[in-house]
Amino acid sequence: MSGPNLLQQLDYSVLQQCIHCGMCLPTCPTYEATKHETSSPRGRIALMRAVADGRLAPNSPQFADEMYFCLGCLACETVCPAGVNYAEMIEYARAEVESGGAKAGAQRGLIRAFALRWLFAKPHRLRWIARFLRVDEAAGFSRAFVLLLPRRLRDLRAQQPKICDKFSFDLIRETESPRTPHRYRVGLLVGCVQDVAYSDVNRDTVDVLLANGCEVFTPRGQSCCGSLMGHNGELELARKLARQNLDAFPLGRLDAIIVNSAGCGSFMKRYRHLLPDDPRVKLWDEKVHDIHEWLVRIGIQAPRESAQPTTRVTYHEACHLVHGQKISQQPRELLRAIPGVELVELPEATWCCGSAGIYNITQPEMSQALLERKVKHIAATDALIVATGNPGCIGQIRYGAQKSGLDIKVVHPITLLARAYRGEL
Amino acid sequence: MSLSATAWRRLVEIVGPANVQHSPEERIAYSYDATPMLARLPEAIIFVESSPQISDVLKLANAESFKVVPRGSGTNLSGGTIPMENCVVLVTVKMDKILEIDPRNLTALVEPGVLTARIDEAAGAHGLFYPPDPGSIKISTIGGNVAENSGGLRGLKYGVTRDYVLGLEVILPTGELLRCGTKCVKDVAGYSLKDLFIGSEGTLGVVTQILLKLLPRPAARRTMLATFEAMTDAAETVSDIIAHKIIPCTLEFLDRTTIRCVEDYAKIGLPLDAEAILLMETDGHPVVVEEESARMIELAHAHHARDVRIAKDAAEAEGLASARRAAFSALARMSPTTILEDATVPRSELGAMIAFIQQTAEKYQLRIGIFGHFGDGNLHPTFLCDERNPEEIKRVHTAFGEIFQKAIALGGTITGEHGVGLAKKGFLEDFAGKAGLDVMRSLKHTFDPGNVLNPGKIFD
Repeated sequence: MSGPNLLQQLDYSVLQQCIHCGMCLPTCPTYEATKHETSSPRGRIALMRAVADGRLAPNSPQFADEMYFCLGCLACETVCPAGVNYAEMIEYARAEVESGGAKAGAQRGLIRAFALRWLFAKPHRLRWIARFLRVDEAAGFSRAFVLLLPRRLRDLRAQQPKICDKFSFDLIRETESPRTPHRYRVGLLVGCVQDVAYSDVNRDTVDVLLANGCEVFTPRGQSCCGSLMGHNGELELARKLARQNLDAFPLGRLDAIIVNSAGCGSFMKRYRHLLPDDPRVKLWDEKVHDIHEWLVRIGIQAPRESAQPTTRVTYHEACHLVHGQKISQQPRELLRAIPGVELVELPEATWCCGSAGIYNITQPEMSQALLERKVKHIAATDALIVATGNPGCIGQIRYGAQKSGLDIKVVHPITLLARAYRGEL
Repeated sequence: MSLSATAWRRLVEIVGPANVQHSPEERIAYSYDATPMLARLPEAIIFVESSPQISDVLKLANAESFKVVPRGSGTNLSGGTIPMENCVVLVTVKMDKILEIDPRNLTALVEPGVLTARIDEAAGAHGLFYPPDPGSIKISTIGGNVAENSGGLRGLKYGVTRDYVLGLEVILPTGELLRCGTKCVKDVAGYSLKDLFIGSEGTLGVVTQILLKLLPRPAARRTMLATFEAMTDAAETVSDIIAHKIIPCTLEFLDRTTIRCVEDYAKIGLPLDAEAILLMETDGHPVVVEEESARMIELAHAHHARDVRIAKDAAEAEGLASARRAAFSALARMSPTTILEDATVPRSELGAMIAFIQQTAEKYQLRIGIFGHFGDGNLHPTFLCDERNPEEIKRVHTAFGEIFQKAIALGGTITGEHGVGLAKKGFLEDFAGKAGLDVMRSLKHTFDPGNVLNPGKIFD
């Protein structure tokens, strides 16, 4: 099976923008690990260009492997002197791989059909499955069954974040207004993983927004942001989900659309690339704000002084905040504003933790190596709390800390801020 | 023509199967370096891990008649690591150990695949300093720096790679191992062979160990940014600073086009109507730094600087330096193809050379941003064009020719730090003369009678 050459459909100047200077190489975790040009951003772009030119077969297995070995961390974009839009290119390249069928296989096809096209395509399906997992966690029906699974699947089960007792819509009313007259009216994306595994972070986000004079509208008709599909070669499905969100949020009546998950925010700010012909996307991309970015922009209420002793906190930069959205100082600024928080810098804070969407499932070895490196740096800071603004990173680092016996809490910065407002810190 | 069956079998025996790659993907990924518009597929890519392996590969190349292109990180800007017909690319990035930092003799012994920035970091842990800082310092390998005799921003005060190489271990094109140089500051035993290999662009041997000189790290540094309404004022400031017996570690400039592109890209508050910006830095003992910087500010004002900003601390210094650091980035995103050149003239001729380049750009209707190292006369005229427009590329090449001829006429050179490689070999005879080129060719023949190591680079 071979579909149309998708990389050929991509504007050639996007591919041509790479001046192959090599500046991206030392920032790429897969190049650093392998020292192979084919596993570097510059090498991958050369391969994409070769496919677009017809010099390399799009269904070549090594091309497929290299495109999926990429973490999509976008560290290369931060350092790129020529402003290459790598995020878009890698999405097209993976869609190319899927349409070329190089990675096709019965098991992979089934998993993709289940996860990407069924489970995450409708929020209620994910919640339904999550409810089952929640009951199962408590009752332990499948515990015996899990022991029969191959080791890799058992490891995956251990990495699965704990399902929340209540999901976002149980915790957040569709419209919540601050006690004082509101300064802004914002929409909130609850996300998919965030919704079932970290719905408390969504509640915290609403509380922090209310404390800062924002009325929060959380539309029930919203869907997954589409990043999971977009990053994994299902561009059409991603477009469908993006359109659902464009329909669900009344852009004209909102000052901003707030996202607290780095991966979702990074993807949602690029809907104009996904849906270039939709007249709403320009305004949409302008209105989407990461929560940290928004709070620093509007200026926050100082939390009350704390009677508690000072806590050492370090900050891990989620790739899709620092590289995907160039948001680096704002979360630190918020953390420093919390009384009782002593912020210490994390070495290699901008180096990927290996979570990278579903990378920890698809590339367990590379993911584990990156996680061990991250946990080692965290341990060296002697911090009691790691703050990071992405559910994937939170789950990954919690798993890594637990595996290496490191006693540390991993939380979203907004959770700390919400606790400070509640006087819990 | 392709590699013989014996060649394939022996290559696998020498470096192991995992270190011989020849898939279409691998060949594409090693077909280019950082030079615009040059690429060619190699037959195979060989990752070497030791000097005996390199020796065996080169002996095999002679026996089986294939060519070998040595390559580090592939950041060359003159096509020096572009493959030729029937060749293997020999990659040295896996030989990446810092073998020794010797604070008693102020030296470092390193393998060729070590990234240049790592050497300065390792030296820094001992309070020492490795000064050469090419633009690609974070990814370029020291082996590549030696082969190209790389420069950087600190050339005026601290010199270039050649000034820091004390000794080398080299595999000759015939496979023999040669060692030259010592930790001694004074060493005049025989010809200085190391100097032949430095800047030989991978045509005379493959460097396998490098003994480098280190310096004590300067204790203080002061950064200043001066704005001028005429390029000649900036040039006069530089001349006057040096006439006052001050050798600053950095004297970098941006021209008007570059200033506009930088401001458009980085929004750091540069004046859009300025003709030139001069980034000045002095380093050394705190008292000297204080005195020199005060004098440099005075001189800039004496030459009609509209404004001189002085960094109060390291963070502000970083901010001022970002104007220069963003220059290439800002220009590179203006057009699909960016051609970075490095014509170099004696410092005293810099004003004339910049004016000539600006006239040439106008004459051929080309967009050229100029920035570079005012202190050492090394210019970076950067052509903003599109490789898909053959007519424009033709004009670019004509303009190049005239710029290089002018550089030679002013007593300068066709390349200050990027090397001749493939891109400039057509201009070398005009620069070096027939006698010069004949000596180079006979040296190449003496070292490499089988013509196996990076042939066709520098000259045919």
